[in-house]
Amino acid sequence: MGKRAKIIKSLDEISSNSILRSGLYLLTIFFFVAIILVPTVLGIASKWNLLSTVVNNSALLARASSAVGASFFVAGLVSVIDLAAGVPTAWFIARGKSRWLNVLDTLCDLPFIIPTVALGYSLLLFWNSPMGVSGLFESSLLSPGWLLVVLLHFVFSFPVVVRVMVGALLDYKYVYEEAARTLGAPPVTAERTVTFPILKPSLVGAFVLAFARSLSETGATIVVAGAFENGAIFVSNMNTPANQALYGQGPLVFASLMLLLIAVVLFGVIQLFGSRLKIPIKHISRTFEKKASGKNVARVRDSVTLFTLSFLILLPALFVAATAVPAVLDGTLGSALSGSGDWGVYWQSLLLSYFVGFAATLVNIVAGLPMAILIARNRMGKRVSSVFDALVNIPIIVPSVALGVSLRFFWGAFPFIPQLLLVIMAHISITYPYFVKSIAAAITRVDVEIENAARILGARPFAVFRTIIMPMVKYSFFAGAIIMFTRSVSETGATVAVINPASPLLTVPVLLVRWIRPLLPSGSSTTVGVSSAVGLGCGFLILFSILILLVLRFVMRGRGRY
Amino acid sequence: MMPDVKVVGVSKTFGNGKIVAVDDVSLEVYDKEYFSLLGPSGCGKTTLLRLIAGLIPMDKGDIYIDKVLVNKMPPEEREIGFVFQTYALFPHMNVWDNVTYGPHIKAWEEKKASALGRETLEMVKLYGRSDAFPNELSGGMMQRVAVARALAAGAKLLLLDEPLGALDAKIRNELRYDIRRLVKDLGLTAIHVTHDQAEAMAISDRIAVMRKGQILQVGTPHELYMNPQHLFVANFIGESNFLEGHIEGMQQDFTTVRLRGDLTVSACNAKTREKDERIVLVVRPEAFTLQKGWKKTANSVMGTIKRVSFEGTTTRYEVYLKTEDTVIVTRPSLAEQPLTVGEKVTLSFEPEKSHIFPYPLKGLLEELKPE
Repeated sequence: MGKRAKIIKSLDEISSNSILRSGLYLLTIFFFVAIILVPTVLGIASKWNLLSTVVNNSALLARASSAVGASFFVAGLVSVIDLAAGVPTAWFIARGKSRWLNVLDTLCDLPFIIPTVALGYSLLLFWNSPMGVSGLFESSLLSPGWLLVVLLHFVFSFPVVVRVMVGALLDYKYVYEEAARTLGAPPVTAERTVTFPILKPSLVGAFVLAFARSLSETGATIVVAGAFENGAIFVSNMNTPANQALYGQGPLVFASLMLLLIAVVLFGVIQLFGSRLKIPIKHISRTFEKKASGKNVARVRDSVTLFTLSFLILLPALFVAATAVPAVLDGTLGSALSGSGDWGVYWQSLLLSYFVGFAATLVNIVAGLPMAILIARNRMGKRVSSVFDALVNIPIIVPSVALGVSLRFFWGAFPFIPQLLLVIMAHISITYPYFVKSIAAAITRVDVEIENAARILGARPFAVFRTIIMPMVKYSFFAGAIIMFTRSVSETGATVAVINPASPLLTVPVLLVRWIRPLLPSGSSTTVGVSSAVGLGCGFLILFSILILLVLRFVMRGRGRY
Repeated sequence: MMPDVKVVGVSKTFGNGKIVAVDDVSLEVYDKEYFSLLGPSGCGKTTLLRLIAGLIPMDKGDIYIDKVLVNKMPPEEREIGFVFQTYALFPHMNVWDNVTYGPHIKAWEEKKASALGRETLEMVKLYGRSDAFPNELSGGMMQRVAVARALAAGAKLLLLDEPLGALDAKIRNELRYDIRRLVKDLGLTAIHVTHDQAEAMAISDRIAVMRKGQILQVGTPHELYMNPQHLFVANFIGESNFLEGHIEGMQQDFTTVRLRGDLTVSACNAKTREKDERIVLVVRPEAFTLQKGWKKTANSVMGTIKRVSFEGTTTRYEVYLKTEDTVIVTRPSLAEQPLTVGEKVTLSFEPEKSHIFPYPLKGLLEELKPE
């Protein structure tokens, strides 16, 4: 027997020990509570005494409150737009028959994996600079401000809605809709009264995810916000050395705590009452819905869907690639590849980003897998599992910048922890839920009887996991790992918040924000500056992201849409 | 007047024409008839039912419901009721909302909708469970709610897609008669899809036996059992023994068949056959009589009992014949003394209780295969 086989055999045997198994789950829970949950919440909560700085300064209080309010307004508006555009797109993908829909499905994922800072600059170029659609008009079409923030958040949260709804529609039993049709309901009526009410949990879930994604975004928002200030930008602004000296940490704590508390309460309310929302089936205009079920209406709907996807999402998201073209001619590409000047810092930052992403992914795979099993298989009882299932969401719903601030405060009590480790821990907290939720859902779908069959045939718990569960969930495992990695690489808000402003540590999104800031419209300039270096910097990130997406697709090939 | 259904030359393929689900089928279902589409899994019966309902478009042919061409009519306008195999009860609605869905969607008066809901739920004896949600009901209850829902929507034509398939045997046997009674009491026309020949025989006025997208034979249960026109039908409806042989000669009332081992027997009249033609002789297991020992009697074959299975009402014997064929014989358990394995027996049958079919070109096994 080889060494590897011996190790596996030992692990198999150890896994039969119920005390050790319970110990592993307790360790998992300890990791989650001590490393993810408590620092996320307690860091800010422990500084509540600093709130007086803001409460006693009415101008600052008004500014902070307005910023926090703006965050929720934008997130709400964006989530509604996301549903309005994302549901028809998901419908088009899930219900269509063309083989090209696979390509469309892949394209919908692009904005999700492109780092948001690159997206922000790309959108600014598309909507604001003469290079983009503004070139068709005498002045810039859209200046940095709340509208551009809404458009940006729409672009990067749209894929989340499409992904959730495509999955829901593919899982949906079409026979319900057929039953409604045989009972006299025209297609639109059947969809309104049967399909959408059944899909309501997914709709609510998609809304919450889009809302949370919008609420937590910082890096790209800074790029397109102009004078507009939401909670995340306020925290970022207050994190500068100048404002720290002027106001201290009070404004950071206030905005972060407000964002966290309101988000938790809001999502709690949505979870509680979302399922009780009812779509009425009576008092319908049968004639109207019959007309709305016609082929022409469907054609118009599909055309609007494709137009929105092409001209409001994909083209603005990829527009930055146009600025990378001059970089080939003006020598920037050569400098970039040789790593001279600023490019040395760029490649270092890129390496740091990938290192942090890799480390966070690795830790979360090890720590997240047992948590996913604990949740999916009710290992510590159904009630405990559902409590953890809910708690795991907290890092998603807490705005990343608030999470970063909280982590900084919490781990600040341990000054021996190096900055790099703090960044990695912030990324672990942010990406942990993505992996746990994705694997838990996949394990839940595996029939428990298959596991029981393996046990009866003599397999020990670890053997069941590696020979039965793992092969069945490996695609979700890869997908979860890659989503974690890309999310970490594009993370800005928490990284900015967690790093000491004086620290030389720079991840690539943070560096790009620094590069882009001087190009932003200010003073007499109303349009964004074009820089082939920034274009190329974003271009590299997009290129690597697309490569990661292709790897994901390659791994998932032949396994249907995920 | 309830609707009749006429299907004329209907075809349906899937996978760019690679899979032929329904192949040039023509069929007529009469007014107030309880009609069954019977066949093995994958024979196209459910596809044909879904074509009649308008749930999938057909490639060619015409469908008439109540003498109206419905080819382009969407399902919601066909005035049908469809009971799905999985029942398809809306999980977010309780029993009452499920049953009154049709009347509400059709914007009927509230009073009429409520009356229909109550009436149909009482009919299926579930009015007391109006507030229950589908996940709180047993399989049998869900099935009855599905029927009530279809009826409350004012269906005149009831289409049932394996409605009893997911139920256990006892409930299935009870419910099949309940459904037939309901359909007959209300004077509806019903088309019932099933792969269970016993179910189809028990409840149908007429049955169409399907295989590989085609209808092989349509007839009453009695006709199909007594006079199968196809080897597959003889095998699928009830049970049959298939003995290969040749035509030896044709007499006024019967045909002499030469079986393997040069044994000759008298079989039914087969005037259209030719001398020495290769044929398959079909005899039902219950058409044989069994006698202990090897005796030279009229129209008999000798053999040895290989296996005995007591099945309650009947006892089933597997008999190895001198022709080297193995046949199944069923005899009433109470009326006869049981025989034992290894006993020598003589089998005989009345010629008119047998059937002769030409030997299939692709072989007997291929002909009997369900797919």
